[in-house]
Amino acid sequence: MFLRRPSIILSILAFATVALAQSRTLLNVSYDPTRELYKDFNAAFVQHWYDTTGERVRIRMSHGGAGKQARSVIDGLEADVVTLALAYDIDAIGEKAGLLPEGWQSRLPNASAPYTSTIVFLVRKGNPKGIRDWDDLLKPGIGIITPNPKTSGGARWNYLAAWGYAMQKELGDLTKISDPSKADEVRAAEDKAREFVTALYRKVPVMDTGARGSTTTFVQRGIGDVFLSWENEAFLAVEELGPDKFEIIVPSVSILAQPPVTVVDKVVDKRGTRDLAEAYLEYLYSPIGQRLAAKHFYRPYQPEHADPADLKRFPEVSLFTIDQVFGGWQRAQAEHFNDGGVFDQIYRP
Amino acid sequence: MATIARSNPFKRRPGRIPGFGLTLGITLSYLSLIVLIPLLGLFIKTAELTWSEFWGTITDARVLASFKLSLGGSLIAALVNLVFGFIVAWVLVRYSFPGRKIVDALVDLPFAMPTAVSGIALTALYAQNGWLGGPLEGVGIKAAFSRMGVIIALIFIGLPFVVRTLQPALADLEAEIEEAAASLGANRIQTLRRVIIPAVLPAVLTGFALAFARAVGEYGSVVFISGNMPMRTEITPLLIITKLEQFDYAGATAIAVVLLVFSFIMLLSINILQLWSTARSR
Repeated sequence: MFLRRPSIILSILAFATVALAQSRTLLNVSYDPTRELYKDFNAAFVQHWYDTTGERVRIRMSHGGAGKQARSVIDGLEADVVTLALAYDIDAIGEKAGLLPEGWQSRLPNASAPYTSTIVFLVRKGNPKGIRDWDDLLKPGIGIITPNPKTSGGARWNYLAAWGYAMQKELGDLTKISDPSKADEVRAAEDKAREFVTALYRKVPVMDTGARGSTTTFVQRGIGDVFLSWENEAFLAVEELGPDKFEIIVPSVSILAQPPVTVVDKVVDKRGTRDLAEAYLEYLYSPIGQRLAAKHFYRPYQPEHADPADLKRFPEVSLFTIDQVFGGWQRAQAEHFNDGGVFDQIYRP
Repeated sequence: MATIARSNPFKRRPGRIPGFGLTLGITLSYLSLIVLIPLLGLFIKTAELTWSEFWGTITDARVLASFKLSLGGSLIAALVNLVFGFIVAWVLVRYSFPGRKIVDALVDLPFAMPTAVSGIALTALYAQNGWLGGPLEGVGIKAAFSRMGVIIALIFIGLPFVVRTLQPALADLEAEIEEAAASLGANRIQTLRRVIIPAVLPAVLTGFALAFARAVGEYGSVVFISGNMPMRTEITPLLIITKLEQFDYAGATAIAVVLLVFSFIMLLSINILQLWSTARSR
């Protein structure tokens, strides 16, 4: 009966379209631990947009594992902006679905990362095993918890941080990596780095598929002595689970984790939201965006805008970038994480 | 009339129950939409690979290890459920006791719970600091984060399939039949072996097949308790996700196709076995 009356359906559709046209929405597809950050940030942005343009907009969020989120966008989830854990996943959106241009990462400052983080150690209160730096992880009797880098984007930063530390230790100066005359020295260092990460992953008793699963294993199941974690997630864990149970140890050297953001060109052009989406991402770089990032435990790109009290929580650490050590995400992924890569070889019988 | 029906089976006279054409049409379109077309997509995506790529993907040592674990673990879990599910169904059908309704409802819980929740609950219980995991660890058995953990999760999610399939079959089997067997001189073992089991065998096989097929594809609950160590406790669905995480869609579907074919062969042979056992018991 209902279906025989197209006029009803048409009028419903028309009504829905009018209703949608009345207020524009923006879909931000993000990864898991940005939930709290974007809750605050979206409220600030909606207010800011209303104050400057008089338009009321709504921001919708989607959170999940970074790889899964990227696949959703590739498969047709209409994200106006993506704010993911690693550039590799956004590259895939461009490559597999052609939704954004190749040079997307140079469109915004700091390789499109308005906030950054790094990899730190979460240990049990009082640090009973005396873990201070990467080398301590290989001491006998230490169990290390880290998710599987093949299924977790965040865990790839953990692996790369360990590798980079070993390279730094062997070479003393990471600029040697891009110096062709030092190729032999670099190759020897890579062998050492391979030994280091192999030894490290042999001490991992449980490999969860994502960072949240690993947190549960470490915190609730009481397995392992040290949990390799993003700094912002380590802060969240300590805050939620009690500062009396865990503490954060920052190693001497770690990786600069840059979770990038970008507009999804094809989607915003189709939905007519480009101005809004671009303003949204630019607002992340504004003093308010930077302050909120620091409040939610990300290291802001421009620390001068953050609350000094928030900044005090981030200890000094010597950070290297993925470009310096690995020549970018594409190469890191191909050499280390794709099937048959260095990570797989750790588990070859 | 009858001759017309024979010469053109599609233009036969309407049967006693009306609506055959319409419902068959709906059945076929629905099945195509929900089952056949997605499965076809799987095969089409896999066809992007050459034969040698396909073969290389599915015979990789890690993939083979996962097949062994997923299929072997599912088989063990389904067998365990077969034995204990039979007992549970028997008790629920044959005896009345206080709280029977509650026990009956409990059986459905693994159906209804989100698999991640089951996984987390089981892990909490069987981990080294859990209620059961602690004592087991004491006697040298590592329950969670081992192959045993995988089987525990698969048993958990498979139980309702066996119980729910067996219950109606056992209920149909009237107690008088057993009494008749006894009065004709059969002892208890003989009654069980020659009367009860042949009668419920088709249902037993169906329950087993359903529990097995479900277990092969189970992901959510297992990844929490298995520890996901390459070569040791990695289930096949996890490797599929791993491939997807590398945006290797074709590789992922290649593994999925193998799993699908395995499950299909399994279900098919059980169906044949079932036909054979029904025919024999008649």
